[in-house]
Amino acid sequence: MKYLPLALAGLRRRKLRTALTFLSVLVAFVLFAFLGAIKQAFLAGVELAGQDRLITRHKVSLIQTLPESYKARIANIPGVGAVCHFTWFGGIYQDPKNFFATMPVEPEAFLDMFPEYVVKEGERKAWLATRTGAIVGRSTAERFQWKIGDRVPLQSPIWGQPAGAAQWEFEIVGIYDGAKKGTDTTGFYFRYDYFEEARQREKGQVGWYSVRISDPNEAARIAEKVDAEFANSPYETKTEPEGAFAAGFAQQVGDIATIVMAVVGAVFFTILLVSGNTMAQSVRERVTELGVLKALGFTNGLVLVLVLVESCLVVTLGGLAGLGLAWLIITAGNPVPSLLPVFYLPNTTLVTGAAMALALGIAAGALPAVQAMRLHIAVALRKGG
Amino acid sequence: MNTDRPPLVRISGVTKNFKRGSEEVHVLAGLDLDVPEAEFLALMGPSGSGKSTLLNLIGGLDRPTRGSVQIGGDRVDELSDRQLAAWRARHIGFVFQFYNLLPALTAERNIELPLLLTGLNKARRKQQVAAALEAVGLAHRARHFPRTLSGGEQQRVGIARAIVTDPTVLLCDEPTGDLDRKSGDEILALLQSLNQRHGKTIIMVTHDPHASARASRTVYLDKGQLSNTPVA
Ligand SMILES: Nc1ncnc2c1ncn2[C@@H]1O[C@H](COP(=O)(O)OP(=O)(O)O)[C@@H](O)[C@H]1O
Ligand SMILES: [Mg+2]
Repeated sequence: MKYLPLALAGLRRRKLRTALTFLSVLVAFVLFAFLGAIKQAFLAGVELAGQDRLITRHKVSLIQTLPESYKARIANIPGVGAVCHFTWFGGIYQDPKNFFATMPVEPEAFLDMFPEYVVKEGERKAWLATRTGAIVGRSTAERFQWKIGDRVPLQSPIWGQPAGAAQWEFEIVGIYDGAKKGTDTTGFYFRYDYFEEARQREKGQVGWYSVRISDPNEAARIAEKVDAEFANSPYETKTEPEGAFAAGFAQQVGDIATIVMAVVGAVFFTILLVSGNTMAQSVRERVTELGVLKALGFTNGLVLVLVLVESCLVVTLGGLAGLGLAWLIITAGNPVPSLLPVFYLPNTTLVTGAAMALALGIAAGALPAVQAMRLHIAVALRKGG
Repeated sequence: MNTDRPPLVRISGVTKNFKRGSEEVHVLAGLDLDVPEAEFLALMGPSGSGKSTLLNLIGGLDRPTRGSVQIGGDRVDELSDRQLAAWRARHIGFVFQFYNLLPALTAERNIELPLLLTGLNKARRKQQVAAALEAVGLAHRARHFPRTLSGGEQQRVGIARAIVTDPTVLLCDEPTGDLDRKSGDEILALLQSLNQRHGKTIIMVTHDPHASARASRTVYLDKGQLSNTPVA
């Protein structure tokens, strides 16, 4: 600790250079943290997927619909506990950029199937009693400052307007919270019976089914049975675990994780070069000073540590500051809620980031530190005199 | 002088060769030197004659090619790098021609540097730094950075840094070489008083006859050998 002023003095010699290096490390770690949050956003669905839920959709693609009558047939398959269906509505509020997942569901079946959506008992009752009622996730409610009792008009690019009205109108009867940190609370769910009556085409068709199974170990076998049930019908199905469904979704956006890792790797490599160069220059300029320290009795090992500490003061502190800044920004709010429903900085990113900051600090200082350690005193002093 | 005790510094048969490319440069050729305790020795000689090289050997900054360097009974030439560093911290104070202060540290922080290597706590270090600053007459400049000090003041900070641990020997390599006559005289007077009043053993390399006049003895280095008279 008593050597700290000495390490700081090394950094004060060239304040601008130190500041610029610190800033570039800081920016790199802000980027790292954001990429971590984005990656998390794409993986959230996969990680949080229910172990005991399957998804049954049209064999050809997600956008093709299935008959509502499949519900009873799926429910009859042994091993199936419960079934509910969803239909993609694609709700838009006032402006196309105000977009969020909107789906008609059967309230009771839906809430039973997804215990991670937490709704107060009174609001649940209100939903069952209100035909045009809808429940909305906390983050979307906050985004548009909706309160219970508000009437919200939505447009659907898929379904047009309802029979005899200019647009779809819903009453907010409940606001749900997520049971876990990563639970998506951007969704908007309204009643299927209202939807079925008001829509003007494809009546009796739904988007996909969620199927709860009693034994997760039986998932593959039950999925096969469901698909066998509808084989050779006009609407063949494809059934898979919810996690695989979410992963397939993420896959469509590209292999996000790989892209993120490549960008992060390139950024850190650049940072290593930048800060390594700074440290090398700093040591080269101070050959005489380092020689003097050794003449005073500083051991080679101590000089090595001093240079490493100096490097860590810039790189590690810069990195931690970057992580802190990113945390502040990300906690303040989701910049693109319509694109990434779940957006937060995962702890693993913070921990990995902190470890990276330390590793980069040491790596950047390693070579110059060894040079400083090897410096021969008499030679170093001759350089100055 | 007490002849029963060995001299504080005893250099016997010291040879120092440097390699410059494929060529060997013979700088010191088997020279002997005894420096008794409390002596103020001036070391003179032409430029490039090896004065700094000899001083470095005495201060444990380098090792002789052959021969022995003994200080206060310790065979300095036989210590490992690590032992040597600890030994320097305890026994040697260096004063350089170009002061060699750390520009980013204040005068008092510069002076404190050698004390960091001791086990002294912060309060004791502060005390010793204050005493050293007092001894060189710079108490009022404690918080100044080197660039705001004159050459003479910087050299006094350099001397304070060298004496703050109360070393066995003070080694000065052309301490007035970069100063004007007046500041140089002040520095010499300071060294002389450290020698006469506090009994510090000082070995000083110099070019300047004016400087050597302050010393208690002068030796001359030429062609790798020492003599007591200047070379013609
Ligand atoms: N580390 C070294 N490597 C090669 N040659 C050196 C080294 N140190 C000193 N010398 C040579 O040794 C000679 C004496 O140098 P030095 O002791 O600095 O002389 P002085 O201090 O008397 O001017 C010079 O010729 C110098 O070039
Ligand atoms: Mg010299």
